[in-house]
Amino acid sequence: MSTSTPAVHVDGIVKRFGDVTAVDHLSLDIHPGEVVAFLGPNGAGKTTTVDMILGLTRPDDGVVEVFGGDARAAVALGRVAAVMQSGGLLKDFTLRETVELTASLFRPARPVDEVLERAGILDVADRPVGKASGGQQQRLRFALALLPDPDLLILDEPTTGMDVQGRRDFWSAIRSDAARGRTTVFATHYLEEADAYADRIVLVRHGCVVADGTAAEIKAMASGRTVRATLPDADVASLARLAGVDAVDVRGDSVILHGSDSDAIARHLLGHTDARDLEITSRNLEEAFVALTADDAPTTDAPTPEGAHA
Amino acid sequence: MSTVATTRTVPPLGGFSPTFLRLELRRMLRNKRAVIFTLVFPSVFFLLFGTDSSYKAESVGHGNRTAYIMVSMAVYGAMLATTSGGAMVATERALGWSRQLRLTPLQPVAYVAIKVAVAMVMGLVSIVAVFVVGHLAGAELPLGRLVLCGVLAWVCTLVFAAFGLFMGYLLPSENVMQILGPALALLSFAGGLFVPLDQMSDVFASVAKFTPAYGVGVIARSPFGEDGNVALAVLNIAAWAAVFVGGAAWRMSRDTQRV
Repeated sequence: MSTSTPAVHVDGIVKRFGDVTAVDHLSLDIHPGEVVAFLGPNGAGKTTTVDMILGLTRPDDGVVEVFGGDARAAVALGRVAAVMQSGGLLKDFTLRETVELTASLFRPARPVDEVLERAGILDVADRPVGKASGGQQQRLRFALALLPDPDLLILDEPTTGMDVQGRRDFWSAIRSDAARGRTTVFATHYLEEADAYADRIVLVRHGCVVADGTAAEIKAMASGRTVRATLPDADVASLARLAGVDAVDVRGDSVILHGSDSDAIARHLLGHTDARDLEITSRNLEEAFVALTADDAPTTDAPTPEGAHA
Repeated sequence: MSTVATTRTVPPLGGFSPTFLRLELRRMLRNKRAVIFTLVFPSVFFLLFGTDSSYKAESVGHGNRTAYIMVSMAVYGAMLATTSGGAMVATERALGWSRQLRLTPLQPVAYVAIKVAVAMVMGLVSIVAVFVVGHLAGAELPLGRLVLCGVLAWVCTLVFAAFGLFMGYLLPSENVMQILGPALALLSFAGGLFVPLDQMSDVFASVAKFTPAYGVGVIARSPFGEDGNVALAVLNIAAWAAVFVGGAAWRMSRDTQRV
């Protein structure tokens, strides 16, 4: 996989808006067939990065390549399609007319009824966009993105406004296409969506990648408990070898261990070292996500598999 | 997904197509406000101001005063139609639709061409509507000259499609026509479409000759063989066309650079 041309190659991109650096030397390779979640809190730079991958915004610095070429060309040929958060729709077109109009632009394009059906809006297709619900409008954007049968589909907060059933249908459509080899990148701030549907999760904070790994790897980081104790001159290497410990951090006289088996860690610290003032705190997924993407979160313990740069 | 099987291309003419045009026109005709503004208003104005019995009796060149006012109102209607057509670009940008279209191969020039084409069709419909009402209400002008008036009015209001585009880029808002509607009424007044310039004060009349609606009005009414300085009117239109087309092109290139 890594020897082929990446679907997306992003190297050191920077985007500033006035004094604010929205994207700060972000690098990322996405390979054909991957389903990647772009996860981060609001304002982390997800949308700006997506805009640059689509060629809607030019980076101030760095390189963006889509299938080894220019992003705008890939969009024009329909190799890349996207569901944008900000993409507006015209209220006085019907859903079907909106799809027909967009279909007239792509060579080739999938049949109008087919994409309406796949997006689950065939039965309401003759409704004016202005009278469609938020979820139906979002499905319409999805239908438009399906028209060129893209090799790469980029989704920015795709399920906004959808109800539970809508989300389920949407993701099952995404998964079945991904299984047929479509590369899919979605930006989200829902941890559960990233967890359930992505092969790989890229965590973003302050415009750069803070963690990049499989859902399982991120989950291991994101769950478990943290054990903190006062232990001067801790033997970091031997602590790190303990069963169930996945991260060790020393801050002054404190040692902070993170791992799945906090009981064993606590037992070891109290039984085999001079540790005192022991504290055990648990993190749920949500808190872990917040911790990983918080302003002072450490970035060094992020697993970084092939092709990724933290 | 079908990287190997399909040959992907971009559409001809940057995306300008009969399908696109048809859908846009259908949408425009469904918009009640646009229809009332461009099709009903000018005819109502004509009926209010142009059908006095003394006007029907008064001859102006090859026609009567009623026909003269009818052509002026047709120009006003076509101005409204083409300006609002051009200004649709502003509305659609404000709604984020242009951003959605940037995810397609549609070229900005083709997009503008479609908007102008829709604007021109609406302008034509507006002219025809006023002429039909005028015919029923006693306007008299030989058919050949009537058609010529219509064609001249129609072609000249192309300038206002450019005006609408330019203003749309300058005032990007969903309700740009709320500003442009009154502005057009003012321009029509200044251009002698509502009141002939010779009924205005000398100072006002000479200033009025430099406003954009004046040129269109004079040229559209030239088949009466009676009115104003046609050479000056052509110069007027050429100058304003240069300003509006240049302005629209300038704003548009800045807009697409920003992508």
